[in-house]
Amino acid sequence: MREFICITCPTGCHLTVEGSGDEAKVSGNECKRGEAFARAELTCPTRTICSTVRTAFGHAPMLPVRTDREVPKDCIPAVMRLIANVLVKEPIACGETVIPLDPVCEGTLIATSNLLVR
Amino acid sequence: MSVQCGVCVIGGGPAGLAAAIAAEKEGAKVVLIEREARLGGILKQCVHDGFGLVRFGEKLAGPEYAERYLDLLKKTTVHVMLHTFVDNIRPHAMGWHLTVVTSEGMRHIIASAIVLATGCRERTARQVAIHGTRPAGLITAGAAQYYTNILGQLPGRRCVILGSGDIGLIMARRLTLEGAQVLGVYEAKPVPSGLPRNIAQCLNDFGIPLHLSKTVTQVFGSERLEAVEIAEVGSNMQPVNSVRERVACDALILSVGLIPENELAETLGVELHPVTKGPLCDQNGMTNVPGVFSCGNAAHVNDLVDYVSESGESAGRAAARYAAKERAYLDIVPDSSFLYAFPQRVDVTELGEKTVLFFRSRDECDRTRVIVKQNGRELFKKTYRKLRPPEMERVAVPITAVGPVTLEMEVLS
Repeated sequence: MREFICITCPTGCHLTVEGSGDEAKVSGNECKRGEAFARAELTCPTRTICSTVRTAFGHAPMLPVRTDREVPKDCIPAVMRLIANVLVKEPIACGETVIPLDPVCEGTLIATSNLLVR
Repeated sequence: MSVQCGVCVIGGGPAGLAAAIAAEKEGAKVVLIEREARLGGILKQCVHDGFGLVRFGEKLAGPEYAERYLDLLKKTTVHVMLHTFVDNIRPHAMGWHLTVVTSEGMRHIIASAIVLATGCRERTARQVAIHGTRPAGLITAGAAQYYTNILGQLPGRRCVILGSGDIGLIMARRLTLEGAQVLGVYEAKPVPSGLPRNIAQCLNDFGIPLHLSKTVTQVFGSERLEAVEIAEVGSNMQPVNSVRERVACDALILSVGLIPENELAETLGVELHPVTKGPLCDQNGMTNVPGVFSCGNAAHVNDLVDYVSESGESAGRAAARYAAKERAYLDIVPDSSFLYAFPQRVDVTELGEKTVLFFRSRDECDRTRVIVKQNGRELFKKTYRKLRPPEMERVAVPITAVGPVTLEMEVLS
């Protein structure tokens, strides 16, 4: 038996998983997302990574960013190393791509603020 | 020079943005005052995600959530005053006279109604009585977040976090991602005060230890913090003398609670609630002072920005409609198993089909039925699998004008 706290929404359901693989039985979830979360935790846990990147703009030295999707949890250190090397020189808008995550995993890093364009 | 308006909103965070947009939609001429250079309030530095699940059905980062409202604001004619600080507010024949300081000098605003959307402040080291000097490296979680996310400067390399509030947990993860070592989160109470999901995704994901019933009793260091003393806390919430250890660190980050900001409100004669530390409000956020409204974290500290926006909207709408009139109130009285209920009273001349109530339980309880009654009649009931003080619950109840409203709790099983 394994236990997880669902991070999908603020309710934070305490999930219990009995068995493994396709046989696994999830309980404690108040909605379907909880079951999907528990199954993902058993096989390939994923997270959205949120951080900041450096900019060349004096009024806004840091631009908030996040991955456009949940990426495998194991990739977090490698994605953070990619992020550490970014210097934004163009006024990127909220939702626009900062860099692709190619070298590490699928997905892109997107800006989460219009700080540089407003 | 003076500006005249129907509604003056003070504070450009999520509550103030929602209030200003809603007030204009309701037909008022609106002035929005913000003391910083940019709108968005604390959301600007909350780069983590999880915002907007209720409002937008999406998990947004804080700045992203703010952008949604800034886009809406752009479509309005709300007069935004940045870099503007309210010096004082006095009664005026037309309502209120605000004296504000701007980068161009002093200005005056005459408003029929005021919405206080001033947010909350963090409790500091002074307020939790930690002994010792005050070297560099002693910092609140929100300030650490500002340094890290806005300025791009790490506040410490070896960090101890005191208090398990959500901002502290979020910062434990953030500092770890940025390469700092977070030695542990220490919580004086026997239960964590942040949301369980934040314990999971911020601490457990990164192997950061959470020490319950332990607190920081002393700090060491003259120029820079060198170490803190950790003590076990007994059941009487006092440190146990015999069990103390010294932990070497260069930053102590405090996440020990938030207090609604109501300095301006108090100068207006607004009465505050002893538990929420925010104004006593009706369902639209109107305080005991007619024409003065409160919303968001200034009214009571929320855990979800979505509810902050909701309260801003209802305060903004009501402020736009505000007219002096005879009002009648019903008190909302939670029993002793609740920490508090908000609002504290209902204006029966402003009743809608349903009234939104928020509450927190006093203690952690399993399977509990919450019943809202009016005049002894059940209006609403709901069974909760778990109620915890850090988790605010929201219910919409068909309150009528007929008698006192009570909230009761029944522990099942």
